[in-house]
Amino acid sequence: MGLESKGRTFRDRFLIADVKMKADFPTERWFWFDPPFHPGQSVLLHRQPDNIWRIDFQLGWDADPVVERQPERVIPRVKALLGEQTEFELEWCSVYTFSCLRMETFRHGRVLFAGDSAHGVSPFGARGANSGVQDAENLAWKLKLVLEGKAPEQLLDTYASEREYAADENILNSTRATDFITPKSEISRIFRDATLDLAKDCAFARRLVNSGRLSVPATLVHSPLNTPDCDDFAGAMAPGAAALDAPVFVDGKPDWFLRQIGDRFTCLFFTKDQMLSPQTRESISALSRANVEVASIVVAPRIHPASQANGPRLIEDRDGLLAERFDAAPDTVYLIRPDQHVCARWRSFTGERVIDAVARATCNS
Amino acid sequence: MTKGASMPAKLNTEPNIGFYDEFYERLIEMHRGLVDEQSQAVNARLILLLANHIGDLDVLTEAMARARSDA
Repeated sequence: MGLESKGRTFRDRFLIADVKMKADFPTERWFWFDPPFHPGQSVLLHRQPDNIWRIDFQLGWDADPVVERQPERVIPRVKALLGEQTEFELEWCSVYTFSCLRMETFRHGRVLFAGDSAHGVSPFGARGANSGVQDAENLAWKLKLVLEGKAPEQLLDTYASEREYAADENILNSTRATDFITPKSEISRIFRDATLDLAKDCAFARRLVNSGRLSVPATLVHSPLNTPDCDDFAGAMAPGAAALDAPVFVDGKPDWFLRQIGDRFTCLFFTKDQMLSPQTRESISALSRANVEVASIVVAPRIHPASQANGPRLIEDRDGLLAERFDAAPDTVYLIRPDQHVCARWRSFTGERVIDAVARATCNS
Repeated sequence: MTKGASMPAKLNTEPNIGFYDEFYERLIEMHRGLVDEQSQAVNARLILLLANHIGDLDVLTEAMARARSDA
């Protein structure tokens, strides 16, 4: 198709050594900026599945990628870190460079790009696979609605625009970490070292230290699928945000909120006592039979099992954490997309506003 | 002995910047394309501007002492 990804390739090489250790090492992520055992370069140690520890040694641009991955070169570096006495087996090693880049648009007619084919980031912060899964979550429900004839194909353009925005945010965070880890100029190195020095006794400097921020889902603030707020809300759950989780009770058993949503549009009703007016019950029933189905969940601090029959699903928010995280009061209503992003919210319910918001979130308005 | 060291601490070293990654990026960006001498002059002007904004001699003295302590 003659398409390419554009961006920045970092002139640096890193050695990955995956080792199996007999020692009982705590499951912590360690990042060294300029350690005595690998002077002038950074080292990262973190745990992988199956008792494997991954060690990343920064080598610099001039390192020879073929020579550096030979076991006789790798083993002394690992020993310098773990100590001569620590027993380990070298499972796998490789030398890599990385780039931050993306395709200009993720949709080209019937061809949709996702994951590594659409964007690449540096490996600091669990950004690669996470963003690929987020692409898939964003695309799956849109593709389904379009294929079923329930939404126009313009909905697929919003896959591209939302995930391009998310990729830019991901690349920005990744680039900032990379610039801190590998300063590109003398003055940048001086500020980096000053930050590390102050971090010993100044809390603010510890915030500035950037060895890779753990990836969080992008808040799709500019998405055309969001219905802008018309009521006042505080907190992070603005339209476009990925829904936060909270411990809740379902059928009297402890569970998690996010497990209750995520395969269709869901309308979340916060209540004082799980009671809904007859008109609201009628609307909920209509929403469940609409062309684009909307499931409903009622949230209350206490659920009375006797009244559970024949109504929408019930979630018990015993500790009030769900309501707190969503800045919800009794009568607050949230509309959540199938990919668990918030797309609309109100301080009171009317069926019409939910129908309009679903139409907007599916390009049907 | 600096004055700051014997007084109760007034210098705030707790996190006080909301967008710390963005701040740091702008700080480094401020120096882009400058040679060392220019960077030093830019840093000096920045310190003077911020010192005037802070305007509290005890705070500034304490900050100077902490900055100097590892030199």
